[in-house]
This record gives sequence, C-alpha cells and structure tokens, in this order.
Amino acid sequence: MASADAVISIRDLRKSFPTADGGRITVLHSVTFDVMRGETLVIMGGSGCGKSTLLNCLIGELPIDEGAILYRTNEMEEAVDVTGLREREFNNIRRRMGILFQSGALFNSMTLAENVALPLREHSYVEESIIDIVVTLKLQQVKMLAHRDKMPTQLSGGQKKRAGLARATALDPEILFYDEPSAGLDPVTSTAIDELIMDLSSKLQVTSVVVTHEMDSAFRIADRMVMLDKGRVLRIGPRSDFESIRDADPASLSTADDRLINQFLNGYSDGPLTDAEGMSEFEKLIIGTALSEDRTTA
Amino acid sequence: MDGLVKNIKSQNGGTVVEVAGEVTLDESPKFHSSLLEIIKDSPERLVIELSEVTHIDSAGVGTLVEVFRRMKASGGRMFLVGLTPRVRGVFEITKLDRFFPILDTVDEALAS
Ligand SMILES: Nc1ncnc2c1ncn2[C@@H]1O[C@H](COP(=O)(O)OP(=O)(O)O)[C@@H](O)[C@H]1O
Ligand SMILES: [Mg+2]
Repeated sequence: MASADAVISIRDLRKSFPTADGGRITVLHSVTFDVMRGETLVIMGGSGCGKSTLLNCLIGELPIDEGAILYRTNEMEEAVDVTGLREREFNNIRRRMGILFQSGALFNSMTLAENVALPLREHSYVEESIIDIVVTLKLQQVKMLAHRDKMPTQLSGGQKKRAGLARATALDPEILFYDEPSAGLDPVTSTAIDELIMDLSSKLQVTSVVVTHEMDSAFRIADRMVMLDKGRVLRIGPRSDFESIRDADPASLSTADDRLINQFLNGYSDGPLTDAEGMSEFEKLIIGTALSEDRTTA
Repeated sequence: MDGLVKNIKSQNGGTVVEVAGEVTLDESPKFHSSLLEIIKDSPERLVIELSEVTHIDSAGVGTLVEVFRRMKASGGRMFLVGLTPRVRGVFEITKLDRFFPILDTVDEALAS
C-alpha cells in the first residue's frame, strides 16, 4: 500500500537487463521505499549499484520486470501504479516531473532561451510573448539571465547545469529528478548547484529525488537518504541516521550493512565495497585488478 | 462570464476584473484573450482582483506580466489586489513583487 503522504511509492521493484550470453542480469532486487511530498531524498551508492537504472525506471524511461511504482501528484485523488499505464496516461504524470540528468543536456543548436522555451511550446498553446516572460523568470531563478541568447557550447559545465535546471523547471514540476548533478564540476561550482537545488526545493515546494555518490553534496542537501548496494536498499532514513553511522567507530556498529554504509560514507578504499561485484563492467575492466594490487602493496 | 474571469465592473474610473480558480498553463491562452478583450479600449486603470485564485503557476504569472506590459505601453496602470499568501508567494519567489503594483484591496488600487 502507498502511504498517504508519499508522492512516489516503489514496491518490490525488480529490474534486469539482457546479457551478452543470452541470459539476464538483475540489477535492482525488490527495491521498496517511499518518496514523501516536499522532501529531498538522496539516493547513494557506489558506481554500478543501480542508481541511474532506478531513476530511469521511476520516470518511465525503462520498463520494470516486477513490482509497482505508484505516483500520487497533487491533483490525484489516489495513487496510481504507472507500470501498466499507457504512454498517453503516463504523460499526464510525466508533465509534473522535471528531470536533470547527466546526459539530459541542452540542445546545442538552440540558444538557452529556446532550450527553456521548448517544454512550454511542446505542452501548451501559450503565446510566444508569454513564453518569453516565463523563460526570463526561469533563467532569472538560476541566475543565468545574462546568458539567455548564448549557445550551450559557449557555457561552462556549471552554467550548463544551471540552464538545464531552468529547462527542467519550465513547466513548474512537482517532482524534480537529478542524476549526479555535480558530477564533473569543481567543488565551488558543485556547492553552488547544491544551493540552487535547495533553493528551488524550498521556494517551489517541490519534491526532489537526487542521485549522487558525492558525500559532501549528499549531506548538504538531503532530508532523507537511501543507500543502495548491488541493487538492494541497505537502509533508508533521515539524514541524521546516516550522520550517526558515518561518525561512528566501525567496530561499534552491530550489523554488516551499517559497517558497509560507514565505510562508504567515509570513502574508505578497502573493505567490502571494493569487491569487484559492486562495480560497473567498465570499472572491473579498467581498475578492478590494477587498484586492488596496488592496495596490497601499500 | 466564462473561464477564470468571474466578473468585470467599472468603478470610480477603473476597470475591476475578478478572477477565480487556478491560473495555470492550460488556462492561460483563454485567460489571456479574455484580458486582451477587456483592455482593448485602453482603460486607464485596471485592477485584477485575485482573492478567489487558489493557485497560479509560472505561465499564469507570465500572462499577467504580459498584460501589465500592454497596459504600460498604452499609458495605463494595472494593479493586483487580494492575493492569498500562496499566490503572493509565487510573485515573491519570482521577485516580481518588487516592481509589480500589488495592493491589498480594490479601494486602495482605485485611490492610488
Ligand atoms: N542498458 C543496459 N543494459 C545492460 N546493462 C545495463 C544497462 N544499463 C545499466 N546496466 C548495468 O546495470 C548496473 C547498474 O547501472 P547504473 O544504474 O548505471 O549504475 P549507477 O548509476 O549506480 O552507477 C551496472 O552493472 C550496469 O552495467
Ligand atoms: Mg549513474
């Protein structure tokens, strides 16, 4: 059952991908948790643990194998399982979402203003003069107004993120999804993006779901946190729970899961998380052997 | 009246437009043309009464700003009155409250 204040309820979600040998590999195992209205929920976990896959399932980009994803946005009387919905019905809910993904880049052939205007043009018959005003409001909110007529290639990484955020909020979404919003940014720019995320979340009263593996950022912005490991939820709880685990002496933690979380949050390089199993194919190939050999000699 | 515009009246040399409901993207095209119809004779003073507006989104705000621009261009004045805290908040977030004439009551707008 979906809880009353949940905007998204994920129930026993399983997701697999086909493998080269004709089999399937399950990357999300029975994932269950709620995203509550108005909160900023941060999903953490090592590379390859399934964070992006989970996000893509939530926004309907990937079909799931089993389970349910229930949405209840503001105008909905009751929660609806979107996994069985037709494209057109899901689009009504999708319109309430804003998405800022790693790859969700801007169209390079358009100015910033045109990029932000795009969702408005696609979803409405609003006059151009009004669209222009909304675009100005949105660019102002992310402090990018001075760049409105620039092409994306003329912008820095941080500016592109800001502009992407302006576009993601063009239709006044109720739920904002972010995948690694500060990836590839320097610490100062990354902090500025975090502040923007918090600013929008409080001012627009949106629900935010943020995937990140950057701990400073996670602890800055989260109301609650979810820790994923190898496609499973290790723990979900308020930020303070995770702060306690992070700051605890590992030896004092009673469960293996908590020790794993402690290690992850402190960025330790040895211990269970460096097991090749939890890594992406790429990492296995590139650093799986090289790094662990290094470590044994250190 | 249909759509979001519930009532239009002339009062002390001003045109008072009472709006009710949700001023959103979907309603914007119709709402905009209703307002353009109202201002086509270039009234000197337009007062938009928003106390019955339960929700306004960015496109709704954009619609009001667009009409405000037109009023200004034709030498008229436009006021927003009766905003609920929620609606007022939207103007504050977008920082439009800094240059949009927002007053409490119709009488204040007609007297100013
Ligand atoms: N389209 C796909 N086809 C096959 N495997 C995939 C696909 N997308 C992701 N995977 C695999 O699923 C696992 C989780 O990937 P991902 O969700 O991208 O992890 P994260 O975002 O946490 O780094 C990885 O092992 C990855 O290789
Ligand atoms: Mg990822």
